[in-house]
Amino acid sequence: MASITMDNLGKVYTGNVRAVSDVNIDIADGEMIVLVGPSGCGKSTLLRMVAGLETITEGTLKIGDRVVNQLEPADRDIAMVFQNYALYPHMTVFNNLAYGLKNRGFKKDEIDRRVREAAAMLEIGQFLDRKPRQLSGGQRQRVAMGRALVREPAAFLFDEPLSNLDAKLRVQMRVEIRQLQKRLATTSLYVTHDQLEALTMADRLVVLNGGRIEQIGTPMEVYLRPATTFVAGFIGSPAMNMLPAAYLSGLVAADAFAHIPVAADLVGLRPEDLSLAPAGEGEISLTGQLMLLEPAGAESHLHLTFEGIKDTIIARLPHVPDVQEGSHLTFSIRRDKLHPFDCNTGKRVA
Amino acid sequence: MQTKRMTFSNSWLPYALLAPQVIVTLIFFIWPASQALYQSFLRQDIFGLRTTFVWFDNFNRLFADPLYLNSLTVTFWFSVGTTVLSMSVALLFAVMVNRMIRSRDSYTTFLVWPYAVAPAIAGVLWWFIFNPSIGIMPYMLKGFGYDWNHRSSSTDAMILVIIAAAWKQISYNFLFFLAGLQSIPQSLIEAAAIDGASRFKRFWTIIFPLLSPITFFLMVVNIVYAMFDTFGVIHATTEGGPAQATNILVYKVYRDGFVNLNLGSSAAQSVILMGIVIVLTVIQFRYIERRVNY
Repeated sequence: MASITMDNLGKVYTGNVRAVSDVNIDIADGEMIVLVGPSGCGKSTLLRMVAGLETITEGTLKIGDRVVNQLEPADRDIAMVFQNYALYPHMTVFNNLAYGLKNRGFKKDEIDRRVREAAAMLEIGQFLDRKPRQLSGGQRQRVAMGRALVREPAAFLFDEPLSNLDAKLRVQMRVEIRQLQKRLATTSLYVTHDQLEALTMADRLVVLNGGRIEQIGTPMEVYLRPATTFVAGFIGSPAMNMLPAAYLSGLVAADAFAHIPVAADLVGLRPEDLSLAPAGEGEISLTGQLMLLEPAGAESHLHLTFEGIKDTIIARLPHVPDVQEGSHLTFSIRRDKLHPFDCNTGKRVA
Repeated sequence: MQTKRMTFSNSWLPYALLAPQVIVTLIFFIWPASQALYQSFLRQDIFGLRTTFVWFDNFNRLFADPLYLNSLTVTFWFSVGTTVLSMSVALLFAVMVNRMIRSRDSYTTFLVWPYAVAPAIAGVLWWFIFNPSIGIMPYMLKGFGYDWNHRSSSTDAMILVIIAAAWKQISYNFLFFLAGLQSIPQSLIEAAAIDGASRFKRFWTIIFPLLSPITFFLMVVNIVYAMFDTFGVIHATTEGGPAQATNILVYKVYRDGFVNLNLGSSAAQSVILMGIVIVLTVIQFRYIERRVNY
């Protein structure tokens, strides 16, 4: 149990290749932080810097009260779950779990107790004598979790642990990992490129892009008030629609925009904020041509073109409407649901 | 794996396609092997005038011959020594080269060169290095108070042929070990590092066990090499001496057959060698199929 403090962390590889810069994150004791971003954004590098598998070239990293910049991975009191599980293929499940304890000189009966406890918690008790290759993907994932659990470390580090599982298992393991983490209240740092995992699992999530932090916040904060156009486009599916502010102001009376600062020249609209109902009080209306209707059972995605706008605008409705492709539809959106951005800096204004 | 069954419209075409390989095998393997087998049942008088069929008498004599039994022991120690030396040095090199990043390829290239050297040349090379009168090694060993002479000391002779035979084989083993090391996922090593295993411990508890299929394969290959491919090394350095100390089985086949002109005994010895190589091959194929011990 410990907090993790990253103070101006940065990573520059030899040859002056910069992977991570100016990362400041304070992870509270017991908190689950999810690092999310597209591939190559530096999230795995950051995690590996915390683990001690990559050297830290700038800033300080504290686990608890200790500065651990120079410590070996083994001395940082952390446990890591790898993307490919990294189970020792020549050892039984029991020995996989016990390996870290044996190396640390635990007594035999203490090892036995801890391994059986972790195995029971993860429901892999009946597999203890098997080799990893005799297990299914989900079971291997549990063993990898178990190997982290038995150590009772100060922090768990997860490096995209669910990306090798099929969709159904991924949802199931996502829930289990989150429940387990809450029960044990162990500080956790979780890396993923999957925004749904990020939103559902995190206490707070950190959106990274190009080695820099774009936004830190609770999932709902990040979703409802994305700090940059990058975050707006990355979090949420389908992605947020972006319209030039000039287009909107041409449509409606100037007072409809009273709450939006002049600096804003780009306005974001979440697909689900558009509705087919006629505009009422505090709403504006937009008319577009339906190019494609994608029914998805409980909901539907409508691909629209607006006159004078190059990009396709997507609306997401909680039902499948009875409309013809090619017809013109009028949507309404609440004015306070508009996300104003400055298109030069990419930052949110107001 | 699914194999596709080929059908030929012309019934003699498949035989024609196989023929070159079959002919080569017949001429260069089956025929000489059967000749050796036949010869091993024969005995000629000293002038080559009379040949008698003696059944297994050649074999019986061999196993009663202290010189042949000595040769078996010598071959055993020579094979073990060559295999252990070449494999351990190769593994050490592979581990060191594997830790390099930019210079890895050039070191790999350099370390493979000895493999291109013919055994006889390797033998001559080491014969010069260890030559008691002009060699550099005996000169240096003298500094440590050791009087090296492989012409009189059977231990020195054995060490010399082992080094000469192993040196060449290091390259081959090195390549396999390096490939093996590179196929071990980096994350396993990292997981072990997080699990608190020291560098030394990581090697012996994770890396070495994961190399075991390769180690086993190389062990068989090296034993076969030491037993059958080292004629040139022996011939160029010690010629089996001193006092039979390095007279390994293959070398003895040559000496008894072509120097001492006892063709029957020589043929019987090669039949025994043939048996040994068959056994080794069977072991190799047997275990290679289920060599994955994890």
